[in-house]
Amino acid sequence: MTLTVTDLAIARGGVPVLEGLSFALPPGKALILRGPNGIGKTTLLRTLAGLQPPLSGRIEGAEDRIAYAAHSDGLKPTLTVTENLTFWASVFGTRDIQPALEAFALNELADRHAGNLSAGQKRRLGLARMLVTSRPIWMLDEPTVSLDKTAVAMFADAVRAHLGQGGSALIATHIDLGLDGEVLDVGPNKARPKALDDFDGGFL
Amino acid sequence: MIALLLRDLKLAFRAGGGFGLGLAFFLIVTVLVPFSVGPQSSLLATIAPGVLWLGALLACLLSLDRLLALDWEDGSLDLLATAPLPLESVVTIKALAHWITTGLPLVLAAPVLGVLLNLPGPGFGWLVVSLLIGTPALSVIGTFGAALTVGLKRGGLLLSLLVLPLYVPTLIFGAEVARRGATGMEVQTSLLMLAGITAATVALLPFASAAVLRINLR
Repeated sequence: MTLTVTDLAIARGGVPVLEGLSFALPPGKALILRGPNGIGKTTLLRTLAGLQPPLSGRIEGAEDRIAYAAHSDGLKPTLTVTENLTFWASVFGTRDIQPALEAFALNELADRHAGNLSAGQKRRLGLARMLVTSRPIWMLDEPTVSLDKTAVAMFADAVRAHLGQGGSALIATHIDLGLDGEVLDVGPNKARPKALDDFDGGFL
Repeated sequence: MIALLLRDLKLAFRAGGGFGLGLAFFLIVTVLVPFSVGPQSSLLATIAPGVLWLGALLACLLSLDRLLALDWEDGSLDLLATAPLPLESVVTIKALAHWITTGLPLVLAAPVLGVLLNLPGPGFGWLVVSLLIGTPALSVIGTFGAALTVGLKRGGLLLSLLVLPLYVPTLIFGAEVARRGATGMEVQTSLLMLAGITAATVALLPFASAAVLRINLR
């Protein structure tokens, strides 16, 4: 099912930041969200994730299908890596956390407390959470912050695998992930996807 | 839901989780009362039910500001709000976890501390019953207050100001049950009022808490 956004207008703290935003995100595709700081990328992701209502416009196909990863990872420092991940797995009704641990090379850290992890390791654990949600649409807000090159590659592989299984991803990032994704450039009070007509071309 | 409850309990019992804080506070207050009012056992016996109830109530208040604030700070509240769990059940589970880690230990410790205050014999049973029925309301009301003030810096004081007036009915009827029980009077009316307040808060407030939490998360 395609996530369709039509003529969306959103506000941060009561101030309108983006309006006239329309795009479609079909299964198996990624959409890279770019734009200057403060333009409303995070607000857009929060709106799509259902954390705040849009000013106007329609969002279709988002209900209960989005896994959202914010700036902070929602980790509990006194729980171990496994306990953190198992908790999110059971909240989302899944059991197996082993693939997620392997995808982000967390096996060796499995029994460490999350509070003792480095910033990059925490981020990897936060991203591993996406794999245990089993939800089709990933919304990632600056996912590669504090990741090293190897970890960025791990993350890109995980997204590619997710897209290969028919999932989709909306990623706000400023670095090139090497994903063959459409780029959505958002500007002040305006958002126009490049080549919306040619949406199916040249993926993966 | 069970996973959330288990996680919250685990977090409370781990280092820095704050388990026992309320209990220690309750203990300190109760032990200090005889020093401040003097050792006359008849006077202590008169004020014991009220002091124990007030101590339990303030001890409950102590851990409320961490109830949702910690989850808000590390971002897990946002993630929980986008998870399949409805926010109503999240706040209910949070209140239940708070009651298990704070309210229940107070209920169990109250009879022991009653001895220190020379609580009359028949009062022990009624004290435990009234606390057992009343403390869940304190946790649920407190969760509502925590949801109102989540995201505010130093919201703890504001939380106390908001929550204390809402605690008053529970305090009045709870302490009344314990007092009447201790003096051998009929307790049914106060007990029913106390149970009614608890039932109403448990049934209604989670919806209010979830609603204000949704607004606060925007």
